[in-house]
Amino acid sequence: MTTPEAHDSTSVGIVRTKHLHFAEPPNELVLTSGNKLGPITLAYETYGALNADKSNAILVLHALSGTAHAAGYFTHEDRYPGWWDTYIGPGKAFDTDKYFIISSNVIGGCNGSTGPASINPASGREYGIDFPLVTIQDMVNAQWHLVTHLGIDRLLAVAGGSMGGMQALQWTISYPDMVQAAIAIGTAASISAQGIAFNEVGRQAIYRDPHWNNGAYYGGPPPKNGLALARMIAHITYLSEDIMHEKFGRRLQNTEMLSFAFKEEFMVESYLHQQGIKFVNRFDANSYLYITKAIDYFDLKSSHGGSLIAAFENVRSDFLVISFSSDWLYPTPLAKEIVKALRANGAHVIFTEIETSKGHDAFLLENEMLERNIANFLRSEYSKRTNTNPDR
Amino acid sequence: MSTTRIGYDLIIEEIPERSRVLDLGCGDGELLTELADAKRVNAYGVEISAEGVSRCLEKGLYVYQGDIDEGLADYRSGSFDYVILNQTLQDTKRPLYVITESLRIGRFAIVSFPNLGYAANRFQLMFRGVMPKNHLFSYNWYDTPNIHIMSIRNFSELCRENRYPIQTERHFSMRPHGSVHRRRVFPNLFAEYGFFILRGRDAATRPQETS
Repeated sequence: MTTPEAHDSTSVGIVRTKHLHFAEPPNELVLTSGNKLGPITLAYETYGALNADKSNAILVLHALSGTAHAAGYFTHEDRYPGWWDTYIGPGKAFDTDKYFIISSNVIGGCNGSTGPASINPASGREYGIDFPLVTIQDMVNAQWHLVTHLGIDRLLAVAGGSMGGMQALQWTISYPDMVQAAIAIGTAASISAQGIAFNEVGRQAIYRDPHWNNGAYYGGPPPKNGLALARMIAHITYLSEDIMHEKFGRRLQNTEMLSFAFKEEFMVESYLHQQGIKFVNRFDANSYLYITKAIDYFDLKSSHGGSLIAAFENVRSDFLVISFSSDWLYPTPLAKEIVKALRANGAHVIFTEIETSKGHDAFLLENEMLERNIANFLRSEYSKRTNTNPDR
Repeated sequence: MSTTRIGYDLIIEEIPERSRVLDLGCGDGELLTELADAKRVNAYGVEISAEGVSRCLEKGLYVYQGDIDEGLADYRSGSFDYVILNQTLQDTKRPLYVITESLRIGRFAIVSFPNLGYAANRFQLMFRGVMPKNHLFSYNWYDTPNIHIMSIRNFSELCRENRYPIQTERHFSMRPHGSVHRRRVFPNLFAEYGFFILRGRDAATRPQETS
């Protein structure tokens, strides 16, 4: 990993997470469930500069475990940059020399935004599982406050992968006039039964950790084992068989031969353990429950009378939809379903399946084709906005 | 990926200003770009390769990556003025399906293909006894994507049998510098390429010129 000092001119450099406070009672946010949530804090970061006519703003949306910290470093000592640093920065796909990038956290999360670990004003204690269930639509409604607060009437684009892609799609449906273009990567209008199944196994791992204590563990030891196990399970779904074979194969870690004991021996085992350990230090188990539930609940078809075509009826955005050939969690047919429904509504859609062995995680990793496609799409959408050539 | 502009000039000439155009097998999007520049058409494409789609994206085109043998069903009937099958049909697995679908989606379909009946092809088969391999069919027989090759007469007969209404025929050869040379006399023998405009199911009239 490069340190910020050593970092070249393609980094946004040192950044800081900002917080927007809104929905003070009695003006709480009304959630899809009918419950109210307020006050709300939403964590966000921005990179690049908003231009004079505010036409270059792009909202970037993160996936399950993401944060507002999408690019750059917090300190000079920071070893790792934000989660989408590969794609956000000067000269990168989301070119901060041209565009003003807003990266928003989600409500229900645990990285600076209101979530189950926040203080419930009604009780003066952490919400725990008294926190209301939030949906992707609720997350987007909260982000609307942020975009409006920043004085932006119409975003040049919304963009995200996985759950971030769901938010991007939801944005085009909830606020059709505010989104010129949407980039939805490795995502779906609803996840499969298989996807829900994996999420449920992860949640069960947390519920069954004795430390979980029905969500009331703040102040005591958190359910680290359960959360780590949930993360390990999920991580398997983010990779393809091919990439696992490529990265680990059947190779052994720190040992020459099998020990005939129940030890961590295979490289893939120690990788998963590491992923689990890394995760529990930065993520709240209750947030994991809430966010996976939001993903499971997301279903544009059922929320629009069973028709995906009806879901996109009022969209006015242009779309870039991208899937990855080896992604079995959000496979290509799910992306095509979105594209078909958009096309049936006469929307401008570009669809492409990128050939890669990297599985669902491919959207986070370096990929020349992904980089090129995002950059070119944004360039033509931006010129479409500034020029007067509406034909193409 | 098309680099030779085969039939481009004819297609550009035929398509009225501001038409909605769907190019099936649009490659790198060169034809659609020229159509957009010359005729200000609303350009859409379907392309099988991710690289082709990416090139189209670079040109600001809206293109769908897919196999036209599989995915035309979700286009609405009559949703395009012109569907273009330029040097594509011979590569499809189900040409009849592709034509029928094109005539459903488009008010008109432009179909152009290398003519198997062209003299040089006949010559190779007649005198050398081999599968034609030349600038029209540039692959070896064992690795060619041209799995459904046909002559102009084959295609005419197909249209008659299936009652595909032919609007125009403008068979042509390419001049060395890339311009189109119409072949009116014995086209099945002297034209390198067949060029048909078929009327779609919803085509009552030629599209109105609007501007």
